[in-house]
Amino acid sequence: MTEMIIDVENLKAHYGLGQALQNLNFGVGKECVAIMGRNGVGKTTLARALMGLAPPQASGSVKLLGQQVLGLPPHRIAHLGVGYVPQGRRLFPSLSVDEHLQLNARKGPTGQQWSASRVFELFPSLGQRRRAYGDQISGGERSMLAIGRALVTNPGCLILDEPTEGLAPAVVEDVALSLKELSREGVAVLLIEQNVKAAVMAADRAYFMSEGKIVHETVDGESMSDEATLGRYLGVSV
Amino acid sequence: MNTLYFLTLNGLTMAALLFIMASGLTLAFGLMRVVNLAHGAFYLLGGYVGVQVINDTGSLTLGLLAGGCIALVGGLLMERFLLQRVRGLDLSEALMTIAVGLIIADALLVVYGGQPVSLPLSRELRAPVDLGVMMYPYFRVLIMVFALLLGILLWLVMTYTRLGAAIRAGVDDRETAMSQGINVPLLFGGVFAVASFLAGIAGVIGTSYMSLTQGLDVRVLMLSLVVIIIGGMGSLKGAAVGALITGMVSSFATGYLPQFALFFLFLPMTLILVFRPQGLFGRAA
Repeated sequence: MTEMIIDVENLKAHYGLGQALQNLNFGVGKECVAIMGRNGVGKTTLARALMGLAPPQASGSVKLLGQQVLGLPPHRIAHLGVGYVPQGRRLFPSLSVDEHLQLNARKGPTGQQWSASRVFELFPSLGQRRRAYGDQISGGERSMLAIGRALVTNPGCLILDEPTEGLAPAVVEDVALSLKELSREGVAVLLIEQNVKAAVMAADRAYFMSEGKIVHETVDGESMSDEATLGRYLGVSV
Repeated sequence: MNTLYFLTLNGLTMAALLFIMASGLTLAFGLMRVVNLAHGAFYLLGGYVGVQVINDTGSLTLGLLAGGCIALVGGLLMERFLLQRVRGLDLSEALMTIAVGLIIADALLVVYGGQPVSLPLSRELRAPVDLGVMMYPYFRVLIMVFALLLGILLWLVMTYTRLGAAIRAGVDDRETAMSQGINVPLLFGGVFAVASFLAGIAGVIGTSYMSLTQGLDVRVLMLSLVVIIIGGMGSLKGAAVGALITGMVSSFATGYLPQFALFFLFLPMTLILVFRPQGLFGRAA
């Protein structure tokens, strides 16, 4: 068993009276792991709980990069070396593309070298919009910037909540391959994704969620794009 | 014609004072959605303490520093020991700041009494200077220059520094800013302290324009709220434009139709709240 960078045990979370996450147990080492499931099964709640964002009544154990983070405020979790791409991008309308990257640029725990210029190499079209503000760029560029601002923190662990939503297929491929490469560099990548192709391309293995629980985990050699699995847990065929 | 110039210059002086009051208040509100209703009391506190120091030492500079610092200490204590305990509870936060404001104002009544207090200025500072169109008190010109320089400084910080970018990010979306590693509560504490300091300074210099009396805290607070609601909460540009509008309306309404002064002041705020609740330069929540 390799060392776990994201280590979740018995994680439960509530929204008021409703239970959104039920006893989740999973781990991510230096690899890219996909969390898949239909809308509303608790994937975003899981990402938010890992980042300390919500819901307030989370219990269990969440260790990120060896530290217990449950109960820590989000900015402390981010500074442990956790990069986060929230669902819906959540860019800052008052900040330019450049400012988004400058504000987040820092040395991470793994000694990677993600800088603004490397982000612009990965996403050339973003490089042409450096002075544009967060609400002035296209949907695809917003996704690129949301990923870019997480990369320049040089994270030891990266949590992405549907990062490829709204991206053109060619760009989805670029993003998926960079995530795979990132995991090869020693970063734990947790990819919450509805885009099966992106998940298959980027991830080494996958967990499938349903109704706040992990209901299936791909075993060694099992294909994530296995039609029966996808049909059962996602209701899609590829 | 002279009346027109005079009212315009008075309006600009009032706008300058209001901008000094509102600039910090609006940024603090933008960051944590806390309206500090004790802001007027910090104005009064800074004013009384500053004037006393000027009377005791004869130094305007020391008086300004003392007025600013006492309000800063008050703001820091309130933020650290009271507001942090009720964070996120909007009603409790608002009630807490009202309570602190009332306590400060009452304590000032006990210590300094109810007689109006004016600013002891040297003859040179009181003397009128020739502005080309008319003579106008030198000190009021200095207030306008100070507000202008403050505005430029704040704009430079907000536009060109990493600190300013972090504040803008926090005002845009506090939760996401925190998830990206920005310590928004700490930023808020800093902005709150600066805002309180500026309220204290405004209390000292504003005393040259309006005597310190009981009830002035509420009047100044109301005008500051009008400014930030018109301009848009969280927007520095909004505070500047809101202060200009409010200052001018206040001056001209008082000059020509004093019986309708409050009506003209609160009408634009009411219209903005109905038709553009985010203010002229604020962003919709």
